[in-house]
Amino acid sequence: MNRIETKFKDLKHQSGKAFVSFITAGDPNLATTERLMHRLESAGVDILELGVPFSDPMADGPVIQRSSERALKAGASLKKIIAMVKKFRRSSQLPILLMGYLNPILAYGFEDYFRDAAAAGIDGTLIVDLPPEEGEAIRRSAHSHGVSLIYLLAPTSDDERIGLVAKQGAGFIYYVSLTGITGAKIAADLSSQRALKTLRRQRTLPICVGFGVKTPAQAKKVATLADGVVVGSALVELIETHGVKNGLTAVESLAKRFSRAIHSLG
Amino acid sequence: MKKSQHRSLSPYRFPDKKGHFGEFGGRYVAETLMPALKELEAAYQKIKGDASFRKEFQSYAADYVGRPTPLYFASRLSEATGHRVYLKREDLCHTGAHKVNNTLGQILMALRMKKKRVIAETGAGQHGVATATMCARFGLECEVFMGDEDIRRQSLNVFRMKLLGAKVTGVSSGSATLKDAMNEALRDWITRVQDTYYCIGTVAGPHPYPLMVRDFQSVIGKEARKQVQKQTGRLPDYLMACVGGGSNALGLFFPFLQDKRVKIIGVEAGGDGLSSGRHAAAIGGGKPGVLHGQKSYLLQDPDGQIIPTHSISAGLDYPGVGPELSFLHQAGRIDFVSVTDKEAMAGFDWLTRLEGIIPALESAHALGFLKKSAKKLKKNSIIVINLSGRGDKDMGTVADYHGVSL
Ligand SMILES: Cc1ncc(COP(=O)(O)O)c(C=O)c1O
Repeated sequence: MNRIETKFKDLKHQSGKAFVSFITAGDPNLATTERLMHRLESAGVDILELGVPFSDPMADGPVIQRSSERALKAGASLKKIIAMVKKFRRSSQLPILLMGYLNPILAYGFEDYFRDAAAAGIDGTLIVDLPPEEGEAIRRSAHSHGVSLIYLLAPTSDDERIGLVAKQGAGFIYYVSLTGITGAKIAADLSSQRALKTLRRQRTLPICVGFGVKTPAQAKKVATLADGVVVGSALVELIETHGVKNGLTAVESLAKRFSRAIHSLG
Repeated sequence: MKKSQHRSLSPYRFPDKKGHFGEFGGRYVAETLMPALKELEAAYQKIKGDASFRKEFQSYAADYVGRPTPLYFASRLSEATGHRVYLKREDLCHTGAHKVNNTLGQILMALRMKKKRVIAETGAGQHGVATATMCARFGLECEVFMGDEDIRRQSLNVFRMKLLGAKVTGVSSGSATLKDAMNEALRDWITRVQDTYYCIGTVAGPHPYPLMVRDFQSVIGKEARKQVQKQTGRLPDYLMACVGGGSNALGLFFPFLQDKRVKIIGVEAGGDGLSSGRHAAAIGGGKPGVLHGQKSYLLQDPDGQIIPTHSISAGLDYPGVGPELSFLHQAGRIDFVSVTDKEAMAGFDWLTRLEGIIPALESAHALGFLKKSAKKLKKNSIIVINLSGRGDKDMGTVADYHGVSL
């Protein structure tokens, strides 16, 4: 059982919800990311999601697009991110997953990637442009190294696809709250979305809802519908507007508010 | 090159059910789009066997687009090269390029799928113009995504699209060219997938686009095959076409794939030369990877980041290529070469002066290749070149190139 699986097991016993925070690795540089990770942990984050920057982030809005550009400009790469996590692991057992696009993982070699990721203490991987239909070999490789390959589901997903992901996914299911890209406005009809309702009836994997969660109040509401809430653009935006020095504190204090909101349930 | 011909191409059964051409193609997209691609695939299967669709397509192809386009015997090019050179005149299509063959097919489909809004990406603006044209004809809302850099160098086409009632949305991210326009179109589609039809302009993207666009563009090769046989009594020795995403090339090539004696050559954009790093030759200088929903040859750095491309022609300025062409390259059925900006410009001037036809800068790459390699080909060969578009849109770029201000 990896740290993500253990985390959800523990939360289930306490009827608690998971606060999943997303930041882009290497924005504005990897040293800052490592410091941010410690700050997020002390703010009460349960699972850390690190975005692997890609030159062509097709499913991301402007905030994460710009953060990816900053990270790439500063020289971030999958190899350096894995090394940074390895270092972070010396002093933390926080569950960590990497989220990104397929091509950098293919260029690394996916067998090598899962081997190195597991060795560095990375617990999960979410590949935005890899649906289960194309993912068989990659899923087997992830599984053999004990890394959870996490799949997305969306409001457009039908019963067949929900079944497929529930069967093939690992770690948790990431439910995209809206038909849109990261950073968009959260859907007002989340609680009545058919796909989410169907998904909640399956009991194989925990569900985390993300995309568009911008305020602690929204996070609290979303947490009533899921096992965890993912917050991304709202945090990434602070790094952009505050710069490195004040950004760390700004992110930590917003993360604390999210943490209180999400953990007040249960 | 022939050593990798391990796969039987006859009978030709590609793509498979999941949209794979060997290891290439597929459907690498965010989950939100998966149901839409399935819907599209089902709609395409339905119209494929539908006689009323075929009839409608053919009727607009004839009376609106102007098909069949001529296969023109270029006697002065022939004299200059010592071959028999034929030009497939896609430049004479309504809107000025082959792109319209595909948009006609896709917009007729969008209508049957009851979509009210159409989006497209464009590089040279030809696909954007063709899409805007069809949307005007059928009263559909149209939005075209175009890189800021391309808006600058293809400003005439931007104006045409606006006249046709389309909204042109500039894209400033990345290199502000075709790939970035495609990213933005995909983002829009993810956001408005329920009411929007995404009309991709080349044989790329997730399944079923590469299949669908190939089928719609194959009209070029079907006509050319009949025409060349009628005019010369036999099949050609060579086919040549420029390759951006690959739709004009595959459109010409596809009906000849089983004709083993026909040599097929795809001409990629060599920019400042492959060794300069400033080019757009995905097969010549790239390796397999995943972008825009498909696995195919791709220009990328060792970390898997897509690298900026360069070509004098906006329509070829793209880091990838359609998956079927990657497959046919690997199978050894198509030879890929590249010509530089300079060689393409030489081809442009050559055709203009010798035949009185001003080609699109994209098509000029195929002519540039003929010009530089004519001597190396078997004497008196029959050569069919796809003249994919006309050069009106490129007057600004050509004037710049010659240091002339208009
Ligand atoms: C005239 C012309 N030829 C060729 C192309 C390249 O596209 P493809 O390789 O799909 O034919 C374009 C693209 O804009 C074009 O306008």
